[in-house]
Amino acid sequence: MAEKKWLPRWFFQLASPRWCYQITGRLLPGLLLLTLLLLAVGTVWSLLFAPADYQQGNSFRIIYLHVPSAIVAQSAYLLMALAGAIGLIWRIKVADMVLKSTAPIGASMALLALVTGAIWGKPTWGSWWVWDARLTSMLILLFLYLGVMALNSAIENESTAARAAAILALVGVVNIPIIKYSVEWWNTLHQPATFKLTEKPAMPAEMWLPLLVMVIAFYGFFVVSLMQRLRNEILWRERRTGWVRELLNKQ
Amino acid sequence: MSTGTNPGNVRRGSALALFTATVRREFLLSFRRKSDLANPLIFFVMVATLFPLGVSPEPDFLAQLAPGVIWVAALLATLLSMDALFRSDYEDGSLEQLLLSPQPLFVLVLAKVAAHWCMTGLALTLMAPLLALMLFLPADGMAGLLLSLLLGTPTLSLVGAIGAALTVGLKKGGVLISLLVLPLYIPVLIFGTGAVQAAVTGLPLAGYLALLGALLALALVLAPVAIAAALRISISS
Amino acid sequence: MSFNSFSEFLAMGGHGLYVWLSYGLGVGVIAANLILPRLSRNRLLAEQKRRLRREENA
Repeated sequence: MAEKKWLPRWFFQLASPRWCYQITGRLLPGLLLLTLLLLAVGTVWSLLFAPADYQQGNSFRIIYLHVPSAIVAQSAYLLMALAGAIGLIWRIKVADMVLKSTAPIGASMALLALVTGAIWGKPTWGSWWVWDARLTSMLILLFLYLGVMALNSAIENESTAARAAAILALVGVVNIPIIKYSVEWWNTLHQPATFKLTEKPAMPAEMWLPLLVMVIAFYGFFVVSLMQRLRNEILWRERRTGWVRELLNKQ
Repeated sequence: MSTGTNPGNVRRGSALALFTATVRREFLLSFRRKSDLANPLIFFVMVATLFPLGVSPEPDFLAQLAPGVIWVAALLATLLSMDALFRSDYEDGSLEQLLLSPQPLFVLVLAKVAAHWCMTGLALTLMAPLLALMLFLPADGMAGLLLSLLLGTPTLSLVGAIGAALTVGLKKGGVLISLLVLPLYIPVLIFGTGAVQAAVTGLPLAGYLALLGALLALALVLAPVAIAAALRISISS
Repeated sequence: MSFNSFSEFLAMGGHGLYVWLSYGLGVGVIAANLILPRLSRNRLLAEQKRRLRREENA
């Protein structure tokens, strides 16, 4: 591992699975509490206090789930690709583990965004599914996630699997803007310009404040879930080391 | 172990010589098994046959479907043939030799994909008029069909090769390749069928072809890098 | 409060099915992603402890 002067010390500290395990262990309880609090506040606000939309009525409340999950699904993919790149360039095991841990969470967020989008479509557009540009792009994102997960589990050797998945994630990330552009274009060709499902026009504060809370809450959830899975992955991969043995004995 | 012309022994170090030697080797090896060459083409025609049988043989209806069906059939046929790209070399050990050789992997990989494209994508493009006939594609659409396939199928081969390289070490890589590569194929499909639709309705093709060309250019530059990296990873295990 | 009564709240102006289905799924997905790793962790620790004991006794 080349010592690069412009990389801060903590970057290489993060590379140590043990250090990662310890620091996530300390952060997790507090973050979990904060996340649950934000989720509770956000949900109550969205369901009870936010106003209904003048056109869509109360089904508009689905936005408070759909948009945060879509945002997290997309950010998670970027993180996954970044982790893949770091793992490939610097051969850092923890980066491989982050990639593996992020994929299922991102996939479930993409799935949630898709399903809530579809459910929202029914009262708005009259059918359970529409080939809306955003929904179609989200569907393709889900496929990209599933591909990474499938590749990771198909290859037996863990580090080979991680590096192959990293390449796939990077190829995917380059393709995401291309896919989005082509699907948008395809959609304008095949559907009249109706009200866009996830359009965020000038929303009054009573509407976007709970949305902001939910977005932050979902990000918090993502970090918590990632840390949990990462810790499991670290324990598994490092199960034969001394510090894990000590940990097991202390349990 | 038959390797045909060994590209590692090319005396003149030029990239072009390496490229040509590799392409020639690929052709030699593939033509020893002529029956395998025909498979993607037969599949192509069969898939196109499924649609009238499964849906409706009405000429007007099929004419509407034709651009999309021909493109999807070409896409699937290409996908099916991708697994074979590296597999026989992997199994007899010559892939490892290629990776160990001092020759630039970028050129080797590009040559393999180019040869593969000639035998699949290009062949499919040449067969496309037959399918256009079977599916009642309006005559105006033919130019758009051929040009879009000509520009699009190399991209499909390049991107498909990434999937093939990632899974070459696996015993049952076939279906997995499809799962990995299909999302990446979607932009090519969209613009390819867009080009044919435009041709059918008499609109200008240039924009679509430019987009397809841009995708191809991007794939030509980036895919061999990804393929080489993926091959190294697959072999290393 | 956007609603005047609990039954109004449940009905969601006729969109009750959609809203509650969505929120139910949302809660489900989030809960699953928080609980399942926890269960995996417990299983993992138990298995590894067993393995450790086996190797020490062997």
